[in-house]
Amino acid sequence: MKPPPLDILSPSSLIEALALLSEHGDAARPLAGGQSLVPLLNFRLSRPEILIDLNRISDLAFIKDGGDHIAIGAMTRERTIEENELVRDQAPLLQEATTQIAHLPIRSRGTIGGSLANADPAAEYPAVALALEIELVTQSVRGERRIKAAAFFEDVLTTALEPDELLTEIIVPKAPPGSSSAFVEIARRHGDFALAGVAAQITFANNAPADVCLAVCGAGSTASRLTTAEEIILQDGVGVEAVKAASAAAAASVDPMSDLHASADYRRRLVGVMTTRALEKVVQRAAVTS
Amino acid sequence: MADTMPSYIGRSVVRREDNRLLKGAGTFVGDMKLDGMLHVAIVRSQLAHARINAIDLDAARGVDGVALALAGADLKDVLPPISGMQVTAPKTWRDGMDPRIEIPDQTLVPHDKLRYVGEPYALVVASDRYIAEDAAELIEGDFETLPPVANAEAAVNADALVHDHLPGNIAATLHAKKGDGETALETAPRRLKRRYFHHRYAAMPMECRGVVAEYDSRTDSITVWSSTQVVHWVRREVANALDMPEERVRVVAPDVGGGFGGKGHVYPEDILVAYLAKRLGRPVKWLEDRHEHLLNAAHSRDNLFDIEVGFDDDGKISVVKNYFLVDSGAYSPVGAAIAGNSIAHFMGPYDIPHYESDCKVMMTNRTPNAPYRGAGRPEVAFAMERSIDLIANELELDPAEVRFRNMIQPEQMPYAVGLPYRDGVMIEYDSGDYPEALRKALDGVGGLDAFRKRQKKALAEGRYLGLGLGCYVEGTGIGPFEGATVKIDSSGKVMVATGACPQGQGHETAFAQVAADIWGVDIDDVVVTLADTSHVTMGYGTIASRSAVTASGAIQESSDKVKEKVFAIAANVLEASESDLELRDGSVGVKGVPEMSMTLKEVARAALPGWIHQRPEGIEAGLEGTAYYEPPTVTWAYAANAAIVEIDTQTGVVKIENYVEVHDAGTLINPAIADGQVKGGLVQGIGGGLFEELSYDEHGQLMTGSFMDYLLPTASDVPPINVIHSETPSPRNSFGFKGLGEGGAIAPPVVIANAVCDALKPFGAELNSTPVRAEDILNILDAGAAAAE
Repeated sequence: MKPPPLDILSPSSLIEALALLSEHGDAARPLAGGQSLVPLLNFRLSRPEILIDLNRISDLAFIKDGGDHIAIGAMTRERTIEENELVRDQAPLLQEATTQIAHLPIRSRGTIGGSLANADPAAEYPAVALALEIELVTQSVRGERRIKAAAFFEDVLTTALEPDELLTEIIVPKAPPGSSSAFVEIARRHGDFALAGVAAQITFANNAPADVCLAVCGAGSTASRLTTAEEIILQDGVGVEAVKAASAAAAASVDPMSDLHASADYRRRLVGVMTTRALEKVVQRAAVTS
Repeated sequence: MADTMPSYIGRSVVRREDNRLLKGAGTFVGDMKLDGMLHVAIVRSQLAHARINAIDLDAARGVDGVALALAGADLKDVLPPISGMQVTAPKTWRDGMDPRIEIPDQTLVPHDKLRYVGEPYALVVASDRYIAEDAAELIEGDFETLPPVANAEAAVNADALVHDHLPGNIAATLHAKKGDGETALETAPRRLKRRYFHHRYAAMPMECRGVVAEYDSRTDSITVWSSTQVVHWVRREVANALDMPEERVRVVAPDVGGGFGGKGHVYPEDILVAYLAKRLGRPVKWLEDRHEHLLNAAHSRDNLFDIEVGFDDDGKISVVKNYFLVDSGAYSPVGAAIAGNSIAHFMGPYDIPHYESDCKVMMTNRTPNAPYRGAGRPEVAFAMERSIDLIANELELDPAEVRFRNMIQPEQMPYAVGLPYRDGVMIEYDSGDYPEALRKALDGVGGLDAFRKRQKKALAEGRYLGLGLGCYVEGTGIGPFEGATVKIDSSGKVMVATGACPQGQGHETAFAQVAADIWGVDIDDVVVTLADTSHVTMGYGTIASRSAVTASGAIQESSDKVKEKVFAIAANVLEASESDLELRDGSVGVKGVPEMSMTLKEVARAALPGWIHQRPEGIEAGLEGTAYYEPPTVTWAYAANAAIVEIDTQTGVVKIENYVEVHDAGTLINPAIADGQVKGGLVQGIGGGLFEELSYDEHGQLMTGSFMDYLLPTASDVPPINVIHSETPSPRNSFGFKGLGEGGAIAPPVVIANAVCDALKPFGAELNSTPVRAEDILNILDAGAAAAE
């Protein structure tokens, strides 16, 4: 279980990295935390000729207060995000989701940019990105792009990134006043990829939902927004019946696949259960904080 | 031994091994680097069943850094297969079991046909593992796919044959009988008939397998370092395959990171690596990676039972009929040992007058099946203990009550079971109090009555709690023998070497405790050498919960030989009668006369050969003795388990609230080690019950080729576990020891299944196969809810 022959290039600046990526294009793969790519290399399922190691580019790891948003460098470790006070206070959904990623040693290496760019449909961050309408900043020698999360995730492990582009920064809108959030997931074991996970953030005004953001992971080729469920909550509130209807709508809206760990039916059912549990938590937290 | 001597047996002495292991300073096969060492990559079948037409090695041979590339055809006339009978059985067992055994030999690298996904068909030796794997990728095979024999049940009527000389794909049949099962079933007031399936999972040690070998042309000898539980077996097979005297083959197991049976027999790679080192004249290393381990290291379990039980209105069982199939995969490295265990252990701690068992060991296109912690016992414990719960349900009795009514009572000990054990001796449970163990287990989860009240109250709140029970007995400390050599040299240290091969269970400490007590010396004056064939001429190894009993017996018998000399020489020097002497504090002295003594160091010097020895007439020089302990038969450990679970009825997830095992392995050498052993086994059992599964598709393709898909329990999946040790000494050895290596892993799958069914009794739940999956639980809930409407 050794990777095929490859060269590792270790740029120390973003400009250098972008130049290398532009030069080598499809032959190269950027290496962030390595928690997904390295196993793929060892199984020889991924066979790039060149690895561009981003770990020595220090200015890609940061968490900055941008006023109405938090700007996070793509190479910021998940563990750093989990422990960051600004994130905990202003983007609690992102913080809670981070605590549920794999295990501590993995979070200590894994990066937010790596996870988003890898676009595993069962990973937590893509669902959070969709729910919070995060913006993804990409760069290449050709310039900078800002891509909305909704346009970023295209298919299993496939994103809108061009071969010469790097995801460099993640713009996370701060949670609005009166909002409350929850991230819940279920896996066969603690720390596994979720069979189903739901990210929820609701902004309440006059005790009624004024903005509802729900997204799911683990139940399709990409993470996705649960728009029908959102509409039900927005219209009918967060009472028991509305939550039940929204959860049923959530389950009905996903198109999961069967695999060794769960059938499509079971995953669909779990999406409903996770939606209920996420909404219940949101409501409970809203009551506590108000 | 003087009364003042502290006893080390029974104390939780800190493990000697921990200092190096906890500091990361252990030496495993993977840590070994020898000058000029080459590395092997093995090319393995991706097809379950295929004829080999041609293997093209040319491209691989052309890669820079490749020393050698071989396929099966190159080895066909060079290396013999490994015998299908690595373990033999005595005639008395054969007489009792009426077996027909035709276990096929295993070709190291087949040249004609491939029989499972993962079977080797070519290999590359190169200057490093990267290059070896690069070259291995270039090896092209021309194969003709054959219809796969997908599983044991399909094998019975399959047209395809895994081995052409085994019609019906049957490698062995066994029969056993006690009383008259047929009549007893006919006359039984009630009968229960069920099918149970215990799925395929495996030992999965933290360290995969690995072998390093180095050939010395000066002495024409070879040293093999293997991550194995059986160094003497490896020596035997390597010597046989390379046609060398065993004296010229040294096999060492350095630190080993777990074995659990999975490293308990000789594999093709043990021999191949030795062969390559000799052929190339350079050290050669092969390390199994996890993917290879999942494909190629022995799998286990995978048994299908059809059971019939006769009982009366009080729940008293009169008869069990047990027909079962073992899916042994493409080979069966330890013969019919697992099936033999299953037959012998079925009735567990229960007093059942009639029993009949028929077993077929089936060949299929799956990875070979070999013992894993429990070895045939978890499977039958599942069938028996589920049956008891079903009987309790039918009679509306508490499952605990049905167990008490059927258990062998302490006054029935020793209890003759009426079947032969694998060692050929008729089974007689030696000691213990089975009902008391179950009472303690129930107390351990807060008491039966208290739980039933709590369960009822929870149910009223819509919460589903369940209690699962599971009891078993386990034959431990099996022969045929273990060897030990004890020496005392001029340093005065007691040096002990045995054939035991530890894999992390603390043998260096435990056997130092045993030897320190035998000799009445400080434990720091005991030097223990293990898992090295150069220190003990004949040895057997560490499998089958046997080393505490058998290696201790061998240490004692070899010590007895040395003691005779020690006393004779000391009597000569001290001018005292031997009968007046005693061992005390590392010395031999005259009883009641503290000033008359000599240290073992002084005795060792007096024992030296030469002009100035002080040996009496007729006593040979040197303090050294070797003995081969042949236990009379096995000792019987036993346990009762109780666990409380809660079911999440929305997700089907099972949460184990509390797990208790009351375990009796006789006198414990080191309670902390014993506790760790049993707990580790329980965690593996929980893994098997809930998570671990080697899944095949209909083409015989293994679907679980990495830890992404083969789910081991991690620390976060382990519930609170309480192990309560009882210590009923075995009368079969002077220490009172029984074995405990495997026990923990036996009960959890059935305890969990019973607990889930107990929790979901309102839904009429029946789980008769493993693993227990959340999804299946939801289906039960749905079916139950639909039936209620």
